[in-house]
Amino acid sequence: MTITFAREEIQQTINMIQKENLDIRTITMGISLLDCSSDDIGKMESKIYDKITKNAGRLVEVGEQISARYGIPIINKRVSVTPIAIAAAQMNSEEMVRIAKALNKAAREIGINFIGGFSALVQKGFTNGDLALIDSIPQALSETEFVCSSVNIGTTKAGINMDAVLKMGNIILKSAQLTADNDGIAAAKLVVFCNAPEDNPFMAGAFHGVGEPERVINVGVSGPGVVAKVVKEHPNADFSELSNLIKQTSFKITRMGELIARAASKSLNVPFGIVDLSLAPTPAIGDSVAEILENMGLERCGTHGTTAALALLNDAVKKGGAMASSHVGGLSGAFIPVSEDAGMVRAVEEGALTLDKLEAMTCVCSVGLDMIALPGDVSAETISAIIADEAAIGMINKKTTAVRVIPAIGKQAGDRVEFGGLLGGAPIIAIHPYSSNLFVHRGGRIPAPIISLTN
Amino acid sequence: MTMPREESNRAIITVIGRDQIGIIAWVSGRLADCQVNVLDISQTILDEFFTMIMIVDLEPATIEIDGLAQTLEQEGNEKGLQVKVQHEDIFRFMHRI
Repeated sequence: MTITFAREEIQQTINMIQKENLDIRTITMGISLLDCSSDDIGKMESKIYDKITKNAGRLVEVGEQISARYGIPIINKRVSVTPIAIAAAQMNSEEMVRIAKALNKAAREIGINFIGGFSALVQKGFTNGDLALIDSIPQALSETEFVCSSVNIGTTKAGINMDAVLKMGNIILKSAQLTADNDGIAAAKLVVFCNAPEDNPFMAGAFHGVGEPERVINVGVSGPGVVAKVVKEHPNADFSELSNLIKQTSFKITRMGELIARAASKSLNVPFGIVDLSLAPTPAIGDSVAEILENMGLERCGTHGTTAALALLNDAVKKGGAMASSHVGGLSGAFIPVSEDAGMVRAVEEGALTLDKLEAMTCVCSVGLDMIALPGDVSAETISAIIADEAAIGMINKKTTAVRVIPAIGKQAGDRVEFGGLLGGAPIIAIHPYSSNLFVHRGGRIPAPIISLTN
Repeated sequence: MTMPREESNRAIITVIGRDQIGIIAWVSGRLADCQVNVLDISQTILDEFFTMIMIVDLEPATIEIDGLAQTLEQEGNEKGLQVKVQHEDIFRFMHRI
């Protein structure tokens, strides 16, 4: 027999992993908690703890075995669960905090990095469980380490629940205030969505939707560094050629996700759900989405042309990735979290990238305003107005948008916050000084747009 | 040649580093110790840099792929060599449709 791969192919794969930070960002196991309900909080805590530890007990071990077998790092192993506002709808807010702690204890026991699903879906209105859960979020996130929370406040089909938008402005601010000593870390574990996907493996927004099976494996890939290098190596390529190069690279990156997802599914005997083909940056040098955009010919990310560059990148990533996997889902697109991307951080520090430009960029890429530190004196109403703008973009464009902002209590625009690890650190971005109070206090729902009437 | 089956137990070993006497002897010795069968070797030296790509079959092996990877990577490190042992599927998935 002969070597079936060209030397260049083998070398390329190894270079992608060793020099260009290609990794599998996460293997996320979704677990349904719909059968864990009980009127007795003590019983419910132990049912949840037992179900998670029993089903995902081997997740970390299997992740490490697969990583060693294929020689590719798998950065995070995570669990997502049924939105707790549904699974624990009968609980009050103090009991919701106890459930968050049960999730946290289970996460610690099995050694995972995060557990998502402390969530509520309130696009059309609140159930009692939704209200209890939302009220408990600041305490739950400030008293746990691994728990992530998300609230869906709008969809293209339902419109935007502006009462929920107003509430979430307050909840985000309170979460940051309770963890002010740690730069508001609780707010970094909380995301507000429009059109939230039910199979997203990425945090903080992962939850296990009610249409999902009992258990499922979803995998998120990474790889901005690989794309940045390809773009850098072709400074004279026109846009058609550039798009093709990115597509080819995205295909290869996503194939890694497909391989790891199938291997994890087989080893754990859990059905394979989707590969999320997002480009997810990390604070590491060379693992930046901003760098890709700058390599396309922009002096700094955020300058004129950035939205067009990002649109091309996002589309090419999806086209290449879609063919590489049997099931693509989740968020699937380029992420632009500020604190987690060294190039974005630099662009904000140098004044090239503003909140308004970030908002424009979210029209053409995955997710939304992500990991952005706001001045500590920001009002809850201003946060709500930021959420409303972002949700409107998602609702009208039939895409997922999200807001994960961190009010930096006691700090002002230009100061820095540090979250550590993959969350990174960021300069505090300036916000508009003019009030949106009267607008966000109107209450009620923004009706679903005419494009929602597709039947 | 035909595509390998998904459940193949073949791995690709790559060794990169400054050329020195006995690299192949060391790798193949370790492989023989663990009953790992060598299927193919390709080796070049470019600017005093030694690069070897070896395809091995772990079917008869007395060691799992992760154990072999750990042994070779650690011992290679001591010799100033960068050694990777990876199941062939990672290359197959990335480069073959």
